[in-house]
Amino acid sequence: MHEASLAGGILQLVERTAERERFARVTHLRLEAGQLAGVESRALRFALEAIAPGTLLDGARIDIDEPPGEAWCMDCSLTVQIAQRGDACAHCGGYRLQPTGGTELKVIDMQVED
Amino acid sequence: MCVVCGCAGDGSQVTMEGHGHAHPPSPYSPAARRAKSGAPAIRRAEPAHAGASHVAVDPTSGDLHFGAGAAKVSVPGMSQARAIRLETDILGENDRVAAQNRAQFAAYAVTALNFVSSPGSGKTTLLCATIEALKARAPGLPVAVIEGDQQTSFDADRIRATGAPALQVNTGKGCHLDAPMVAEAFARLHRHDHGEERSLLFIENVGNLVCPAMWDLGEAAKVAILSVTEGEDKPLKYPDMFAASSLMLVNKIDLLPYLNFDIERCIAFARRVNPDIQVIRVSATTGEGMGDWLAWIESRLKADAVASLRAGIVRSIAS
Repeated sequence: MHEASLAGGILQLVERTAERERFARVTHLRLEAGQLAGVESRALRFALEAIAPGTLLDGARIDIDEPPGEAWCMDCSLTVQIAQRGDACAHCGGYRLQPTGGTELKVIDMQVED
Repeated sequence: MCVVCGCAGDGSQVTMEGHGHAHPPSPYSPAARRAKSGAPAIRRAEPAHAGASHVAVDPTSGDLHFGAGAAKVSVPGMSQARAIRLETDILGENDRVAAQNRAQFAAYAVTALNFVSSPGSGKTTLLCATIEALKARAPGLPVAVIEGDQQTSFDADRIRATGAPALQVNTGKGCHLDAPMVAEAFARLHRHDHGEERSLLFIENVGNLVCPAMWDLGEAAKVAILSVTEGEDKPLKYPDMFAASSLMLVNKIDLLPYLNFDIERCIAFARRVNPDIQVIRVSATTGEGMGDWLAWIESRLKADAVASLRAGIVRSIAS
């Protein structure tokens, strides 16, 4: 559900950029939603497609990159990959992990047309 | 679509109880969008041929402007399409307001705690019991509450019955409180006297174990409440919330004899997603564990008081 609010936030970002950069429509929007960012990419895409008609995002191609989850294992002193919070360290099987990557939630860039 | 509350329909509103605050009309309505575009004096010309759509004609003088396109320059044969690199956090606007809230709380000597849980975990009952217990333990400590729910002011009414001021924020179709809602509620709630006296602000978020995890409200700490009737595996099922919280209150422990709830397993699960999470077992009904919980609140109050004292000293040295 919160993906709807996030989609609104993305549109707001795009509109603010349009005021500054003066463009009429976005043809391609690239987002980053890390695996540990707490966002369901499919739901975010659905929400964006739902609000797009009549906005600058109408007809825009939307790509959502999903950088993998990474965490620092405090016991191994190693960076390990995790698919979700609560996963064990692949080396020691422990859970003393601090997520370090895949938590990003960003608009990376967009292709625009006048 | 509403950015503030995530509501989908036109009729959805964020309302602040008792103040008639209506959520502004959707910024994406056609009228708002026209108003927002800032009505530049230069209107785009109808393209004479493909590729010339970036030519703008001044409506009064008829002058032609070839640099008005997205690329700011006209090059024959070059498309006006271009890439804009943003690298901007989608939650950046919320986080900016949350930082303002945090500064406000510091200025007014307010320690704010954000209570998150699923519906029915006993948040409001626990808050009422906490306020009553604080009256006896720390008389004179001002406590106020911001209540978040989709609808009704039932919870704020329950809080007010304890004598503490409370303001209900109804999110309409929204599934969480965000920083601007808390900023507005705090402005309406607070007395606005720059007293030295420290006070406590409880923010009871919308009952939802998913969405509120992502929205920083400017609080000192998120407190997750998990009742033993819910199942011990919730910290793993909803890891983001427990990862974002500083404290987990395991509530309704008076019911443990009647349930198959392995509390140690529950705590181990919470520590898997957040190795640093603190845990206190409480029962709002019997009062068991309330002493530990109140001591935790007092430690946060003290930590904030020390931090503000330190900031004051640094300011006075600097000036």
